[in-house]
Amino acid sequence: MPTDISPVASSDASPIGSPSASADLSVTRLVKRFEKFTAVNDVSFEVEQGKFFSILGPSGCGKTTLLRMIAGFESPDSGVIAIRGRDMAGIAPNRRPVNLIFQHLALFPMMSVAENVAFGLKRRGMAGGEITRRVQDVLERVGLPGYGGKMPAQLSGGQKQRVAIARCLVLEPAVLLLDEPLGALDLKLREQMKVELKTLQAEVGTTFVYITHDQSEALVMSDHVAVMNAGRFEQVDTPRNLYRRPASAFVAGFVGETNVWSGTLEEATGDAGLVRTDEGTVFRARVPAGLAKGARVDMFIRPEAVLIDPDGASCATDGPPDGATGDGAGDGGDAPLPVRGACANRAQVQVQAILFDGAASRLLTHPEGSRREVMVALPQNRLYDHIKPGDRITVGWDDRAGICFAAGSGQ
Amino acid sequence: MSAALHAVSPPSAPVKSGPGLRLTLALFLTPVVLWLGLLIVLPHLDLLIMSFRMDPAFGDEGWSLENYHQFFAEPIYWLTFVRTAGYSVLVTLLTFVVSLPVAFYVTKVVERNTSRFLLTMLLLPFWVSELVRVYGWMILLRESGVLNHWLTALGITARPVEMLYNDATMIMGLVYTSMLFMVVPLVSVLESLDDSLIEAACDLGAGPWTIMRTIVVPHCMPGIVSGGIVVFMLTLGNYLTPNLMGGKNSLWFTEQIYNQFIASFNWNQGAAFGFLLLALSSCIIWLGLRLTGQKLSRVVQ
Repeated sequence: MPTDISPVASSDASPIGSPSASADLSVTRLVKRFEKFTAVNDVSFEVEQGKFFSILGPSGCGKTTLLRMIAGFESPDSGVIAIRGRDMAGIAPNRRPVNLIFQHLALFPMMSVAENVAFGLKRRGMAGGEITRRVQDVLERVGLPGYGGKMPAQLSGGQKQRVAIARCLVLEPAVLLLDEPLGALDLKLREQMKVELKTLQAEVGTTFVYITHDQSEALVMSDHVAVMNAGRFEQVDTPRNLYRRPASAFVAGFVGETNVWSGTLEEATGDAGLVRTDEGTVFRARVPAGLAKGARVDMFIRPEAVLIDPDGASCATDGPPDGATGDGAGDGGDAPLPVRGACANRAQVQVQAILFDGAASRLLTHPEGSRREVMVALPQNRLYDHIKPGDRITVGWDDRAGICFAAGSGQ
Repeated sequence: MSAALHAVSPPSAPVKSGPGLRLTLALFLTPVVLWLGLLIVLPHLDLLIMSFRMDPAFGDEGWSLENYHQFFAEPIYWLTFVRTAGYSVLVTLLTFVVSLPVAFYVTKVVERNTSRFLLTMLLLPFWVSELVRVYGWMILLRESGVLNHWLTALGITARPVEMLYNDATMIMGLVYTSMLFMVVPLVSVLESLDDSLIEAACDLGAGPWTIMRTIVVPHCMPGIVSGGIVVFMLTLGNYLTPNLMGGKNSLWFTEQIYNQFIASFNWNQGAAFGFLLLALSSCIIWLGLRLTGQKLSRVVQ
């Protein structure tokens, strides 16, 4: 089993300015300003060789600027970009050992697939026979053998994608940068390409740096994900940790779906605490260090962590016994899966609407006496088929499923 | 769906058909047909007939190829003809070389607002008639002109130099006159060139020259060819600039045509020359299209 947390990527306090030997890409205290606007603000990270690293953030968070600086199309105001230990300052994009896959792929429409793929090799002055051989090789590797003679306009979206990847991979770059390349594809193809990209990356072993605003792309494909907001990295971690242990309100809100309750911290002991919501209900939740009693907080709770009818009054089958939560307890606050009977938190809610979406179906509910919207996952296991809009139901969740951050810190 | 729409559409909006449509078509076409027929086709037919007849002064001798024979018999005619063709091709090439960087700068390098301003500045001189612009150049370049004044004042030349009335000045004038007709189509094709293609080429290791050669020029080919055709035709048929800026030896074929019509009153000879020029320009454009692998139908779009 691969290690979940690499010491390099997950610790923000790693010594700055000493890129480790195994890092293909090392970025140190990078800053980029456009007039008064700071697009990239003091960003540092390292990507180990052969890893799939994603930068996830909303549009306008500076991720494209960051990628363009690595590719060499923008120059940083300060900071160091090193690729395989070599400082890239002052090196033109056409001389960097990185290649960029553009958002709209930028295949040359006037050239055939083979000419597109051969473009970079020709620029290196490689002999014609060798070029033909390598182009064939790489086209086979991306699953497009015999497509060399076609024009880009004759290809489907997924095929274009693969040609764009082949065009870069044939140059054997140290790092392959990808700028939301799946954004233009339709949903079905995007799902398929996600898996394809991931397998391809594992096969060729090239270091990928992938930027996206789509959390699912980042979570599914990456070894590590950096969540970026307003020019800064909020958290760099494995997809699982990002989801389960968000380090900030922004990450909690941006990665995955979540409900937010605002309230006041009643009590804080260690990393646990009691939160009194504005409606007056008291819940147990995880509380990060630094939040004192009486502080205004936002409590985040994921819809799938909220169980309908936790006591099983209307349900014949019971869940696993309490002991099943033991796995999560020793994991430093990793939120365990909600288990029937282990949920200390209770709330009475009224169902407003059923948002049916297959496996991702949810209930839109209001807590009693409040207009706050609370999403509750609605498992499609036929146990909850009786729920109708207007029903009053009890929901509950584990003490550790909710996590608090200082109020307003997520903006 | 469409049937339902038809059912609810009010009866006051009947579908145009039959005689009504034909009348509208006729109304719109009449001016065009009259214009083309009376002002272009008829005179040309008359000129074509004229070119195959002798000057009436020598008595009507019926059909003859004498006018065309004259052209080949007299070296000054066909030499001027070849010179004009050669220089027109040269002017077209020079115009392209000068215009591509200008168009590239306007569309890809500067910001959008600056780009609009620069385009307006390019258009501005063309609001003035060509005659005035050529006289402007003459004021600048002649022996007692502005440039010579400064050159002598600064001591670069001991005495004024005559810069007008030679082939080089004439070609510069022709390039200047026709530049806009190259820049505008180039700007429009360059605007459709996705910047990321240029960046992708750079990312894959191409330098500026390679990007120009492999990405920009192939993308611009339709614009280059359509601009080239316009510039070539305008230059070949230009009378004013070669006449005013060219010297005694800088004969242009249009001047030969003019001389036949106006000086010699030999309309038949002039008509023959005119058709030779038409044939020449058609041939060279056809050749140019073949060489660049472009289709006329695509270029004129």
